[in-house]
Amino acid sequence: MTNAAPKPNSYRNQPDAQGHFGPFGGRYVAETLMPLVLDLEKHYRAAQADPAFKAQFDDLLEHYVGRPSPLYYAERLTEELRMGAAPDKGAQIWFKRDELNHTGAHKINNCIGQILLAMRMGKTRIIAETGAGQHGVATATVCARFGLPCVIYMGATDVARQQPNVFRMKLLGAEVIPVTSGAATLKDAMNEGLRDWVANVHDTFYIIGTAAGPHPYPELVRDFQSVIGKEARAQMLSRINRLPDLLVAAIGGGSNALGLFHPFLDDDVKMLGVEAAGYGLDGNEHAASLLGGFPGILHGNKTYLLQDEDGQITEGHSISAGLDYPGIGPEHAWLKDMGRVEYTAITDDEALEGFQLLCRTEGIIPALEPAHAIAAVTKVAPTMDRDRIILANLCGRGDKDIFTVAEKLGVEM
Amino acid sequence: MTTRLSSAFPADRAALVCFVTAGDPDAASTPAILDALVEGGADVIELGMPFTDPMADGPAIQAANLRSLAAGTKTADILQIATGFRRRHPDVPLVLMGYANPMTRRGPEWFADACAQAGVDGVICVDIPVEEDASLGPALRAKGIAPIRLATPTTDAARLPAVLEGAGGFLYYVSVAGITGKQQAVQASIEEAVARLKASTDLPIAVGFGVRTPEQAAAIGRVADGVVVGSAIVEIVSEYGADAAGPVRDYVRTLADAIATARQTAAA
Repeated sequence: MTNAAPKPNSYRNQPDAQGHFGPFGGRYVAETLMPLVLDLEKHYRAAQADPAFKAQFDDLLEHYVGRPSPLYYAERLTEELRMGAAPDKGAQIWFKRDELNHTGAHKINNCIGQILLAMRMGKTRIIAETGAGQHGVATATVCARFGLPCVIYMGATDVARQQPNVFRMKLLGAEVIPVTSGAATLKDAMNEGLRDWVANVHDTFYIIGTAAGPHPYPELVRDFQSVIGKEARAQMLSRINRLPDLLVAAIGGGSNALGLFHPFLDDDVKMLGVEAAGYGLDGNEHAASLLGGFPGILHGNKTYLLQDEDGQITEGHSISAGLDYPGIGPEHAWLKDMGRVEYTAITDDEALEGFQLLCRTEGIIPALEPAHAIAAVTKVAPTMDRDRIILANLCGRGDKDIFTVAEKLGVEM
Repeated sequence: MTTRLSSAFPADRAALVCFVTAGDPDAASTPAILDALVEGGADVIELGMPFTDPMADGPAIQAANLRSLAAGTKTADILQIATGFRRRHPDVPLVLMGYANPMTRRGPEWFADACAQAGVDGVICVDIPVEEDASLGPALRAKGIAPIRLATPTTDAARLPAVLEGAGGFLYYVSVAGITGKQQAVQASIEEAVARLKASTDLPIAVGFGVRTPEQAAAIGRVADGVVVGSAIVEIVSEYGADAAGPVRDYVRTLADAIATARQTAAA
């Protein structure tokens, strides 16, 4: 079952016709790209109105990705956290298991949607940026599935620290181009993706990996990822006949969080977005754009950015390569300013503890991104009554991160 | 209305528009390089504002941006460079070119006011298309600063009127769909595009992206009102660093000479 269409005063009817979420979002791209971005919007509107598009998307999500992903009650984690809480405290903890998707994360939901759109538009070449490599792997996967050539831009620093994912992308037939410009991380990979796109506008589709970039990307990525929240909402109602009290999700660019949150925005449900605090918010070594940044313009949209007083972009840091981007999707910027979603941040060390706790109590090795959400859950669950329900998004599995974690824990592999 | 910018485009030859990145290799070196551009025959100066993420630029200008920032160039330094240039060259138009975030960081009104006080004539913002004009355009126009728009091979006839709405100074035709300094456009496509643009606006049309030889500059100068050269000059600055003024002047002179006689050569 799905919830009703948004009302006029809804939180679910953003963005406006110009792609603005309040003062955020928009289409801040070079003139060469502008006609392309307008064309993409036109084709997306047509796809939205076409039942065949939705049917094909749903079919691939079910039979190729493996949806719906399970909704899981984390009984032992709930009990573990109750042990440290007051007698009547300790909320029930549930997980949306998007780490069980094909390719091991939520990223594939969006890639399926965008490649179907690319083919509708007659594009014959796919490009994407990637940080940790999860979006790159998901993009390479759908390109292999549909037989389209694929070029992935990845910062040289990330290439060095994410070798298993680089090899996966190559196995899947993608060309991985290490980006050495700037700081050689995710934002530089995105710059290089935009440079490729502007030079190959006639045949190339850019599959952006998160709910950011020029309109309509933030909207369409959110829409494709909203399958997470739509399923979770229906599963909650069918399993326990009620909605959760609190949703929790990690935020880099913010697509897994929006995917979970968006279908619940008009419900009486609280939401908590968890940014990466790195070594701590008091220094500059973090990736918390909302809590530690200022509004600005980068990569096609206006949003909160890590930047200095002259508007130069500063480097994010997080133990999780998927979170260390100096920006955030514009809808999160708007939801923060509206006060609809609360945002917090979790340090590298706290995330490592959350990571190990989930391994030990539930037999699930999470990615370092949702480990941030889990760490936030460990803080908030003991303050809530026992009959309260927290639903957290387990947006990726931890296979890719075991080397990073081993190094941090001083284990030689 | 006659302005420094409108006077810079003579009737009998194309204007030479020259770009360098402010603060490359450092803020102290830029004034001499700007003077060299004028001595070499540049009619309009485009002063690039360095940005950490110059996504429309090729390797040469990317590297110049990073050199400048590594040397510690601040927005205040760029405005000071502009102010000094205006004092030394009261009649040569100066345009700031760059990206939205450094320009709007302290608010569009602050930036427009600072530009006006520094004697800046126009602003080219790469990543504010006409759809987002409200983020900077009204503030610039209120201070008499020309918002210089870009047209590209992908700007079709249906879109062009919107691009020209509220534009000022000149129209910058980006002759290739791509990034700065990489490849050059086919001459025939430039001629066709300039004719199409001229039919839609009275603004001078300056053509850039990939222009580096005197021959190319002359060929474009035969049909366009202005020729923009950037990466080739930035590469000279990269090679000679703090001693770049002399080589820059000599190179710009070859471009200016080629453009000066281009239309006579064509008629002969």
